[in-house]
Amino acid sequence: MSCDRVGISLHGYFDEELDAIDASEFERHLERCTDCVSALEALESLSSSINAARLYEKATPAFRKKILADIGSAPPVAVFPPRGVWHWLAVAAALILLAYNGWRVVSSNRTSDYESAFASEILDAHLRSLQPGHLTDVVSTDQHTVKPWFDGKLDFSPPVKDFVDQGFSLQGGRIDIVHGRTVAALVYGRRKHFVNVFIWATDEKDAAPCSGSQRSYQWIEWRKGGMEFCAVSDAAPSALEQLQRLFTD
Amino acid sequence: MQDSQDQVRFEMLVLPHLDAAYNLARWILRSGPDAEDVAQEAMLRSYRFFHSFQGGDVRAWLLQIVRNTCYTHLEKNRRMKDMTEFDEELHGPPSPTPEALAIAGDDRARLTHALESLSPRYREVIVLRELEGCSYKEIATVISIPVGTVMSTLSRARRQLQLALNPSCEEANREL
Repeated sequence: MSCDRVGISLHGYFDEELDAIDASEFERHLERCTDCVSALEALESLSSSINAARLYEKATPAFRKKILADIGSAPPVAVFPPRGVWHWLAVAAALILLAYNGWRVVSSNRTSDYESAFASEILDAHLRSLQPGHLTDVVSTDQHTVKPWFDGKLDFSPPVKDFVDQGFSLQGGRIDIVHGRTVAALVYGRRKHFVNVFIWATDEKDAAPCSGSQRSYQWIEWRKGGMEFCAVSDAAPSALEQLQRLFTD
Repeated sequence: MQDSQDQVRFEMLVLPHLDAAYNLARWILRSGPDAEDVAQEAMLRSYRFFHSFQGGDVRAWLLQIVRNTCYTHLEKNRRMKDMTEFDEELHGPPSPTPEALAIAGDDRARLTHALESLSPRYREVIVLRELEGCSYKEIATVISIPVGTVMSTLSRARRQLQLALNPSCEEANREL
């Protein structure tokens, strides 16, 4: 006989879309329902094989160029001001605005290029860590073992916390190089996913989290207390948001 | 000058989601060249309607336009039979069989084949959730259904995908 929850709420739980009450109720249910446990495992293996198969199809550079050309050639609205002083003033204003917009396009492209290069590098560091034997330099689920390990290896002291009760179990830590600087990496297990939390020192002031995704991996980044944090994983975006809250609370 | 400012905003907000637009079209239409045509049309459409975008989730807003353009394209091309909901179980997987592909060890081909054998309505939720990482709320916006029904749609879609990957799969069969 099969459990009727296998049908639906299992998916909400798997996708981390249940609210806290429903999720904990479902977890209690999982303890005594083998049907749901095996269905959950089947979902996890489905999801990870989709991930591993890299089914995401990106737009080709040629196609991107075509779209940019389309946007650029969309007909602007022509406005002819009356001749005279106003005419020249309007021309001058138009030129200033045009230059301003041109600058904004260039600078915004630069920002997004920088962001995507940064995200790529973080993601590469994450993928590198998943190679056999690369995940952790210090293997311990004990925060009091992991934290002292970083002493003397970094010029700052990263916060090392275990969130096993909230579903993120500390697996260990390591030193990594991202964007040319030495960073601390904390590794957490989230069900069958690994989460890398990269931490480095910064002079910039605290910033609210911003997130993104690349190649079906998610990242979330924030600054707090002179440190910059970036968590990366193929777990659900909501899981990373939860971890971010655990770190900042 | 309104136009050039719109263009800047469009390039900043919408263009970063071009991959998402193409990917969704590619999977709904099951064809790269068709996906380029349709994604191009959808991008132009979204550019034209961009002034009416009131803020919020720009990716979901764009993907909704992409999806609608895809279905219009499918309708035009008389591929309606793919879209009938009750028909999907009759769809036998065309050759090569998933088993043959599994033996060949090509997981990507096997998954592509299985995903393409689903009806577009199921295929799109799998793509939105598993490839695009959309939340239930975003999926609801993109495919225009209530948030409350996303979970059950996804559960049916995943079950179909599990079946397509492994027709003898006890786990999935049992619940049908």
